[in-house]
Amino acid sequence: MAAPPSAILERVPSEPQAAGKVIVFENVSIAFEDKPVLNGISFCLPKGESKAIFGVAGSGKSTILKLALGLLKPDSGHIYVLGEDVTQMSEDALFEIRRKVGIVFQESALFDSLTVRENVAFRLLEEGDISDDEIEKRVREALSFVELENTVDKFPAELSGGMRRRVAIARAIITQPEVLLYDSPTGGLDPVTSTTIVQLIVKQRDVYKTSSLLVTHRLQDAFIMATHYFDRKANEMRPLPPGTRSEVPMAFLILRDGKVIFDGDAHELAQSKDEYIREYIS
Amino acid sequence: MELISPTEFAKETVQTVEDYSLLAGQSIANLFRHPRYFADMLQQADLIGVGSLPIVVLTGFFTGAVLALNSSTTLQRFGSLSLLGQLVSVGMVRELGPVLTGLMVAGRNSSGMASELGSMVVTEQIDAMRALGTDPAKKLITPRVVSTVFMLFFLTIISDLLGLFGGGAVARALLGMDWHQYWSTAWQALTFQDVFMGLVKPLLFGFIISTVGCYYGISARGGTQGVGRATTQAVVASSVFILLVDFFATKFLMAIFGYH
Ligand SMILES: Nc1ncnc2c1ncn2[C@@H]1O[C@H](COP(=O)(O)OP(=O)(O)O)[C@@H](O)[C@H]1O
Ligand SMILES: [Mg+2]
Repeated sequence: MAAPPSAILERVPSEPQAAGKVIVFENVSIAFEDKPVLNGISFCLPKGESKAIFGVAGSGKSTILKLALGLLKPDSGHIYVLGEDVTQMSEDALFEIRRKVGIVFQESALFDSLTVRENVAFRLLEEGDISDDEIEKRVREALSFVELENTVDKFPAELSGGMRRRVAIARAIITQPEVLLYDSPTGGLDPVTSTTIVQLIVKQRDVYKTSSLLVTHRLQDAFIMATHYFDRKANEMRPLPPGTRSEVPMAFLILRDGKVIFDGDAHELAQSKDEYIREYIS
Repeated sequence: MELISPTEFAKETVQTVEDYSLLAGQSIANLFRHPRYFADMLQQADLIGVGSLPIVVLTGFFTGAVLALNSSTTLQRFGSLSLLGQLVSVGMVRELGPVLTGLMVAGRNSSGMASELGSMVVTEQIDAMRALGTDPAKKLITPRVVSTVFMLFFLTIISDLLGLFGGGAVARALLGMDWHQYWSTAWQALTFQDVFMGLVKPLLFGFIISTVGCYYGISARGGTQGVGRATTQAVVASSVFILLVDFFATKFLMAIFGYH
């Protein structure tokens, strides 16, 4: 098992440049079985921003999210999450940070031996000291956010792929995290279901103003996010009026061969002269 | 399987032993750390104990029966068939009960644990658990180890008793022996040392079954194929490990008790 070393001498104080940034990657490299996957990448996610990460399959997108949660340790470099260096922390210390970071895994990763209710409430149940009524209330709230209240007693195997993705979102947001990490939330879904998921992500972003990292291989998902806002009265996603920008700004990051080859907003992306990027966005 | 160089193989073996020892040590250390998962322990105890009962009952009974059947010809040749009870009881309690129960439960539960945890690894459920602030070693591994050790102890006792019973059934039905005589020699033959030896073994075997099963599960890689591989490896490794440890534990306990 990839257990991190437990004898960490002391916590490294957070770097000053980490202020106002929820996630900072500094020169991070990681290799699996001598195959380099990330090769000295640096980027940051400012507070209140959404950043979409692109790259071909196997370019290390999921690895970035796992590194940010301390599920993997980089071979070199530093990663600051909410001001703390997660590369230097013990697993126990990481649990504190992870309370403030929600993640939606690529294939949902719901616990298939537990019901939807137990899945969504997992974190609350594990923390223990919360009353059953309070847990039930918060489970209902989270499930109603993703419009799936009627599935509480079902098992994940009884749900469709899109519903599982929505339950995973409910599970991630139940503790109102400050940062959300989405790993290919629309991967493997049909276009209609994909739009539902994107709408939920936009809703989460605009209702709670959460910062997020979003891994995707569909550029159009990120463009929808950049050009739409969530209308709470109408309870649906609407295009932003021309010339205005989303309250939670959207940035793009493109990975290639273990390096960041682009990091900027939609406007800069459209202006890029890089051939690979031009091909990617066309 | 691809060919690998001897040094690579040695390195991998050392790594495996190291990782396994770490997991085995942690599974015990976690008993003294919070949180402890009693509900999960009960659930596992039910799965391992109650679930394995039918096969343990069957193996116990027929092992005792066949042991009596095989020994009877030899004993008859020396005209000492009356020793049958003694032979079955010592054989069952000291050796066959613990080992066969261990092997049966290894086949059933070591594989079960490897495939369950392995599937959780490849579907990122283990990562999700860590991301949700729960230590899989505490929630998944320690309850399995505790329940297996605990339940295997009782399953072995049941298997021993059924073995004696199976031997008795053969003695009476096929060899025409006196039921009462069989039982009294069977009981009287058992010394404290025999019983002690027979009850220490399931504790060791239970630990082996669960830690090996969990180890192969948690280190599964490479999709569903990897899970299949982990499952097979868990059964093979835990069975071989049981037989090895059985030999050394017997040797060690005999030395302690001063057998010659
Ligand atoms: N735990 C692991 N062990 C070995 N190799 C891994 C592991 N995780 C990821 N990889 C490898 O790292 C590369 C990047 O993986 P990943 O981050 O999942 O890519 P993606 O961009 O498709 O999400 C892949 O080649 C994958 O095979
Ligand atoms: Mg991925």
